[in-house]
Amino acid sequence: MQEGSGPLAGVRVVDFTWALAGPGCTLFLGMLGAEVIKVETAQYPDAMRRGAYSVSGDLDSSPTFNSANLNKLGLRLNLRRPEGVQIIKRLVAVSDVVVENFRLGVMDRIGLGYQVLRQVNPTLVMASSCAFGSTGPWRELAGYANVFNAMSGMGSITGYQDGPPTELRDSIDMRVGTNLTFAVLAALYHRQRTGVGQYIDHAAAEAITRHLGDAVMDYAMNQRVTPRRGNRDPLMAPHGCYPCKENDTWLSLAVGTDDEWRALCLVLGRPDLAADPRFADGAARWAQQAELDSIIGAWTCQRDARQAMQELQEAGVAAIPSFSAKDLFEDPHLRARGVWQDVEHPKLGTTHVQVPPWRLSATPASVRRHGPLLGGDNDYVLCQVLGMGAGEVERLAGQQVFE
Amino acid sequence: MSRMALEGVKVIEWGEYVSAPFCARTLADMGADVLKVEHPRGDRSRRHGPFPGDVPHREQSGLYLALNANKRGITLNPSKATGRAILLRLLESADVLVEDQGASFVDGLGLDYVSLKERFPRLIVASLTPYGRTGPYRDYKGHDLSANAAGGISFGNGTPQREPLVVPAAQVSFMAGLGAALATVMALVAREATGRGQLVDVAEAQVVGVLLTGYHLPTYIYKGIPGYRAGNRFRLGLYPNCVLPCKDGYVCINCPQMEQYQRFLALLGNPEWTNNPRYRDRRAMTEQYPDEAEGLIIPWFMEHTKEEIFALCREHRIPCVPVQTIQEVVHDEHLASRSYFQELGHPDAGRLTYPGPPYRFSATPWGLRLPAPTLGQHNREVLCDLLGYIPDDLPRLRAAGVI
Repeated sequence: MQEGSGPLAGVRVVDFTWALAGPGCTLFLGMLGAEVIKVETAQYPDAMRRGAYSVSGDLDSSPTFNSANLNKLGLRLNLRRPEGVQIIKRLVAVSDVVVENFRLGVMDRIGLGYQVLRQVNPTLVMASSCAFGSTGPWRELAGYANVFNAMSGMGSITGYQDGPPTELRDSIDMRVGTNLTFAVLAALYHRQRTGVGQYIDHAAAEAITRHLGDAVMDYAMNQRVTPRRGNRDPLMAPHGCYPCKENDTWLSLAVGTDDEWRALCLVLGRPDLAADPRFADGAARWAQQAELDSIIGAWTCQRDARQAMQELQEAGVAAIPSFSAKDLFEDPHLRARGVWQDVEHPKLGTTHVQVPPWRLSATPASVRRHGPLLGGDNDYVLCQVLGMGAGEVERLAGQQVFE
Repeated sequence: MSRMALEGVKVIEWGEYVSAPFCARTLADMGADVLKVEHPRGDRSRRHGPFPGDVPHREQSGLYLALNANKRGITLNPSKATGRAILLRLLESADVLVEDQGASFVDGLGLDYVSLKERFPRLIVASLTPYGRTGPYRDYKGHDLSANAAGGISFGNGTPQREPLVVPAAQVSFMAGLGAALATVMALVAREATGRGQLVDVAEAQVVGVLLTGYHLPTYIYKGIPGYRAGNRFRLGLYPNCVLPCKDGYVCINCPQMEQYQRFLALLGNPEWTNNPRYRDRRAMTEQYPDEAEGLIIPWFMEHTKEEIFALCREHRIPCVPVQTIQEVVHDEHLASRSYFQELGHPDAGRLTYPGPPYRFSATPWGLRLPAPTLGQHNREVLCDLLGYIPDDLPRLRAAGVI
């Protein structure tokens, strides 16, 4: 049922991931053509199916789950039954990749750790992602996006200059998922060229810490602890988010060069500022940024955010509204780039989902199907992939292997 | 040393600041051979800092050093005809070109993808631009701040009464670089099968836009909420799920499982209020009266230090961790036990601590092998040894502004 297309056509992934970071990885693999079989148990279905995420309370009505699990096939299996574990081994034997983001040790306890699975499939690529990795004193701690963001160091520098750290997660999970996808692809490329599979130990907190370039360097060089800077930049000024006419609409604006500064002054109708020695260069503007912020804010608050954007961009100033989800959904640029795609879902009807933000010209990503219903593809996986007969499936069902 | 995953992959990086250099650095860390082609005036990140003792020095900028380790570097100005000719010769033996030059600029130089594809059908071109190579904003200017705004991430970061907040330290540019690296490996995998390269078009703003799919978009489409800033907390789901103050800083707590919450209440000594039905509805506590709920638990946190809270919560298996400052992250015992931070010497900047690998592969190493190149460090090696110029040519090329 999953016709082969895309650069990963023919690659099969057994997916034990749940929540968002792990599913983000297998989502990207699936969009690139891999056949992803998502394994869930009836006892612990993916958390994104449940609670506030479901629009009608049942397990098959979560748009969030749908967005994070497009194209995947749903296999419902009881992993407490030895027959369930056996089915996974058979599946791994005919697959290429296993990805999981349980707490450390869970796969081993089920009897599906890497040492077991590599016996079943010697060229397997297996990635385990947990909050803090598979070694070290915190290896067994549970973690969620805001938790590993806090530990990573990124949390401490995110917030207003005069306020506490803000809670950040929206992008944290998917940053981790993107990082994990890169790792899996690098391992697949290596396997493609050498025939050697391997195990990837992935720590979510480290994936976030990896992006702390200059903050770590400042500590290494000057023992200085990077503070929260709000919207201010260490070099650029003006650099901020300015209120526009409508309630809760904002224009983000950054000036990086003298040319951009002169262009901004012209649009503001203030050529005097461009000539003012107090704002003559970047360092001078940086020192006077509070004053510049109030001048710019006084101009933006009279204007519609998009009109201000157009006026400033035509003059060569990097200005763009701070888009809300509504703005993103309606944005003509994203529409023109074909970012949104409609997908029919058996329970949710037409859903609007997003394609990946990187475009491959020759082998584009594709959304072929809605996210799986819980156990929605048992028949396909058991009969087509594993070649079981109806009798065997029925016998196993009688032993509660699919409960 | 074992073979590295991307060993033998030749990358030319023609970009500056964060996104393109981080893409190439991510590939280099896995073994790719990266040659950085730098404008003779030097990468903008050389002027960014931080600098030891805050004294600007183009070979000692922390951001530049962190982003450009593991690369060789030459100076080259492809706007000059000779510079362009040299770049084209370098591309003859390259697998990947990573560039951030903007569609109109490369079109003007005849270095657009269609022309490159004709000459080098196996070449993969990863193009990073603020808004992508197509769509109405394709020529708009953007900085990291703009990508935050246009990607929708800042609208959801901060407190409701205040302006949207950027996520700091050029995070969106780091994410764009990582996304481009992922797509580049994808194109390498595809090339093994097809023998042909392709264009990877990465819109930096969109890289974060896609990351919000999980939360913001369904919330808008199904609940009509265009996005929100919830400050120190997450606005959906089960209480507690927030950043809270404590005696000497901040901690982050998230207890999605009932057992975790019960253990947390036991740690607090099961206070009287836990019997009040108003404080038994964890979803209402998050979504309807979070201030009130926080008022109940903050006093306990304020009595304890981050370290005490973390120790108690580890012991009682409650997902609650300190919001670590950069200093605490650099000295974190868990990261130390995983040898996460690594030291590397540099001829001008000396020995410094750099962030390490965000993934550990069992068969192929990640390596910090070379310090960032000094400006034009490998000019002679590349131009003379590889392209056949003689050393006497170099002063002439330098005087002509080519290198």
